Amino acid sequence: MKERSENTTRKLPALTALALIVFFWWALCESGAVPSYMLPSPADVVRAFVSDFPNLTFHAKTTLLEAFYGLLIGIALAFVIATVMDRFRTLKEALSPILVITQTIPTIAIAPLLVLWMGFGMAPKITLVVITTFFPIAVGLLDGYRSVDLDEINLMRAMGAGSGQIFRYVKFPSALPFFFSGLRISASYAVVGAVIAEWLGGFEGLGVYMTRVKKAYAFDRMFAVIILIVVISLLLMALVDLIRDLAMPWHRVKAVNQNHNS
Amino acid sequence: MEALRTEHITRSFSGKTIIRDISIRLMDHELVSLLGVSGAGKTTLFNVISGILPPDEGGVYLHGEDVTGRPGRISYMRQKDLLLEHLKMIDNVSLPLRLGGMKKKEAREKADPLFEAFGLQGTQMLYPAELSGGMRQRAALLRTYLGSSGVALLDEPFSALDMITKGQMHGWYLDIMEKIGLSTLFITHDVDEAVMLSDRIYIMTGSPGRIRHEIVIRQPRNERSEFDLTPEFLAYKKEILQILKGTDS
Repeated sequence: MKERSENTTRKLPALTALALIVFFWWALCESGAVPSYMLPSPADVVRAFVSDFPNLTFHAKTTLLEAFYGLLIGIALAFVIATVMDRFRTLKEALSPILVITQTIPTIAIAPLLVLWMGFGMAPKITLVVITTFFPIAVGLLDGYRSVDLDEINLMRAMGAGSGQIFRYVKFPSALPFFFSGLRISASYAVVGAVIAEWLGGFEGLGVYMTRVKKAYAFDRMFAVIILIVVISLLLMALVDLIRDLAMPWHRVKAVNQNHNS
Repeated sequence: MEALRTEHITRSFSGKTIIRDISIRLMDHELVSLLGVSGAGKTTLFNVISGILPPDEGGVYLHGEDVTGRPGRISYMRQKDLLLEHLKMIDNVSLPLRLGGMKKKEAREKADPLFEAFGLQGTQMLYPAELSGGMRQRAALLRTYLGSSGVALLDEPFSALDMITKGQMHGWYLDIMEKIGLSTLFITHDVDEAVMLSDRIYIMTGSPGRIRHEIVIRQPRNERSEFDLTPEFLAYKKEILQILKGTDS
């Protein structure tokens, strides 16, 4: 109970800042300084959110599915490539610059190409999500593998461990916190990536819906979509945190101990 | 009976000889120290004995069996406990058994009864982060014991502890060694610690690292509680310091 109230106290500044921003937004609209067709007031957005809810959930389902598949493939790919790169040094030296270069390519620039190559279905969206989510996870894992204490590996070898056992008992567990930090970032990228790909063509999804309401100048509904994307991203990040806590119970013990010591 | 023996071990790195012609012996239930200044090649020798570093020349024998360059037979313990944070204590200490191919359940059953003797009763299902520094060291020793077929290599395991805790750990260690019948090769640069704990001391000087001298401590091991306050202790200490000084110049 005490922990929960402490938690709320810590979040108070952020909540206050958010409330202030919404208040200024509302005041700006109410005063008439900005015409309502350009910037809908917060109240309009909430109304649009409620009245448009069935539409929003219908399109959100598609976007979430694309984000989910893309993220899943991104994780698998990142895991395989990072692990192989860590195992073979030459491969690491060969691939590291390429990995960085892929990150300098603006996603918005390759999205039309993907649509051209793969059509208007889910494939180009999933591909774009894979491209955007892969990197933070791969880099996280690589850093994690590198963070391993060399003395620990030597001791494992002295105890007769083979390289598979060293990976299982030392390298992989040490890389897990790094993996989850990367996954947290990727989870928020995943939804945005899917939405960007949807802008450029398709039949369903929040991005498709956004372009439609934009064309109709229904800015209140557009803001409702944006807020939904933010909420979904935040929920996904919270989900990653939850999975992390379940996957690494020892991590929680450590955090509790550190809190007590400090 | 002889527990561990090295014969004429030499090892170089990129043309530079780090240790030369090292022959030492450790009998059953004996505690032998390898005392030397930093840079005398103690850790290199240690890695050769544990099998993770093959020697250029010479061999390592465990109970008469040639284990040269074969890891997995002699485990060691260092200043850092190197417990794996993600494993519960029972799985941490039984890790050598698991690595040797034993099933998890069986390994746990074998490790469990030893927790009491090592003063770790009740910590089996805890994570290392939940234990104090002293407990973690004891757990690391238990793990070494389970991976060691009766011989433990200790590389300055107590050097990070404060004087009082160190003294307590010394007493505790001699006790537990007696209880479980462990033979110990102890690497240290601390003259007091070597005299306090050892049956014999090999004095090692650098470069290349060689054994210069062997000193036998005659005080029985079970009568060491206030040994460091006696004139005999000081005489041993003086003798060792003189050897270390003499070889310096």
